[in-house]
Amino acid sequence: MSDSLPAGVERRAIDGGTRLATRGPPVYGEPTDGEWRAWDPERSKLGGMFELGFDTGLSGGETVLYLGAASGTTASHVADFAGPTYAVEFAPRPTRDLLDVAEARDRLFPLLKDARKPETYAHVVESGVDAIVQDVATRGQAAVATRNARFLEDDGRLLLAVKARSEDVTAEPDDVFTDVLAELEETYEVLETERLDRFHEDHLGVVATPK
Amino acid sequence: MTTDESDAGWFASVPPDDLAAARDAIDGGSAESPADWPRLAVESGFADDSDNYYDRLREATLHATREAVAERERADDRQLIHAVRAVDDCERVANELAERAVEWAGSRFDGVDSGIAGAREIAEREADDDLDRRVISLASRAAALADERDALAATIDRVAPAVAPNLADMAGPELAARLIALAGGLESLAKKPSGTVQVLGAEDALFAHLSGRAPSPKHGIIYTHEFVRGTRPEDRGSAARALAGKLALAARADHYSGEYREVLHEDLRERMATIRARADANGDETGGDDE
Ligand SMILES: C[S@@+](CC[C@H](N)C(=O)[O-])C[C@H]1O[C@@H](n2cnc3c(N)ncnc32)[C@H](O)[C@@H]1O
Repeated sequence: MSDSLPAGVERRAIDGGTRLATRGPPVYGEPTDGEWRAWDPERSKLGGMFELGFDTGLSGGETVLYLGAASGTTASHVADFAGPTYAVEFAPRPTRDLLDVAEARDRLFPLLKDARKPETYAHVVESGVDAIVQDVATRGQAAVATRNARFLEDDGRLLLAVKARSEDVTAEPDDVFTDVLAELEETYEVLETERLDRFHEDHLGVVATPK
Repeated sequence: MTTDESDAGWFASVPPDDLAAARDAIDGGSAESPADWPRLAVESGFADDSDNYYDRLREATLHATREAVAERERADDRQLIHAVRAVDDCERVANELAERAVEWAGSRFDGVDSGIAGAREIAEREADDDLDRRVISLASRAAALADERDALAATIDRVAPAVAPNLADMAGPELAARLIALAGGLESLAKKPSGTVQVLGAEDALFAHLSGRAPSPKHGIIYTHEFVRGTRPEDRGSAARALAGKLALAARADHYSGEYREVLHEDLRERMATIRARADANGDETGGDDE
């Protein structure tokens, strides 16, 4: 399982358990061990995907576009092991905290932008990124992934967390996931899917690559 | 040509150390497609090498985003209040004008439907004379106002989740905006006790109660929420109290941290399931309909 972890992400004994960890300045009061800080899969969909053994295709040092960065909990870990990381978030208040996280790092670029409108940041975010990490939790999650495909390298990876309730509160999560995947498949080839319920109720993890 | 310009990188007309210009370019610029900006920036002389480019990008995005956050935080809940008041004004005036146009048109044409739909039909007609022209023009203004109402509502759908992510998810964007407007801002909503949130929008009824003329109102505008409306009448008081309690917490989370708090939403769902289970236990259907 651990062979699927990128360089810079390790399982380490921290705080009395074996935890995923990255090396960087602490962000949210997470337990640390020297330079290493624990990555809590309960607070991060991507952390959950690593914990569940998804093959993310990441090996470390990649250029990443992160959509829905919020206050930077997950984006901080990504910036720890990846290369240049563009973090898009559209709500001002969490972005205020994201700024502190970015201040403490060299290659985390915060952008207050709406992920449904990639043309408003395509003059900043470079083409050919190796991975898009998406966790926007609003209606239209497949459309966001589709519109942002323009940034992704041909053999790049979309690492997506779909929240069922954001699409339709009343529908069965499985029905929502089926619809989202169908829409996604117009632009992407889906490589792997698995429910993240162990860490995040009614979420689906998806790994995909451009068609 | 403009296509070249609109597809230039953010740094195209920014002097290397001019952060104000960088902010304008990052905030206001756009491009249909991304490009290999680090390489182009080095080629154009903006940066010495890609490391130097990323250093400049870091400085520029930190500055631009910090300024944009400060500006938006100052402005957004006020903007939402203006928008939701404008929705109400457009709706009221559109209906009044449509009614007038339909009534007038009924005296001149056959088979005129009522309301905005009727106004839209009239707006499509050909005029035969000057009076026709006035009726048709009036109807088309009513229709345009109804369109404006819808456009404003769509804007609220977009803005409310950014201003108040928890409140907007819990109440829906429009009700979230109305609560903020009734309280006079997100900050004052965040400072209200949940009992006040529960009756916001029922000020008249509350006044009648305080002057001894009526029972105390169980809910104000939150009545429009599915959790209250869709609960059987005898449980609506508990539903309104539970919803108001969580809405008050959502407003506080939005004002003080701005982060989405999943646990608030789960708590509310559980509470509602419990209240509705009472009705099911009594083998008795709820008043409203969920779907
Ligand atoms: C579940 S949270 C993300 C948590 C974050 N990924 C983490 O693990 O640290 C979803 C975030 O997406 C943001 N969001 C929703 N729609 C968005 C959009 N259209 N553009 C940018 N951000 C959006 C929300 O404001 C919220 O902060």
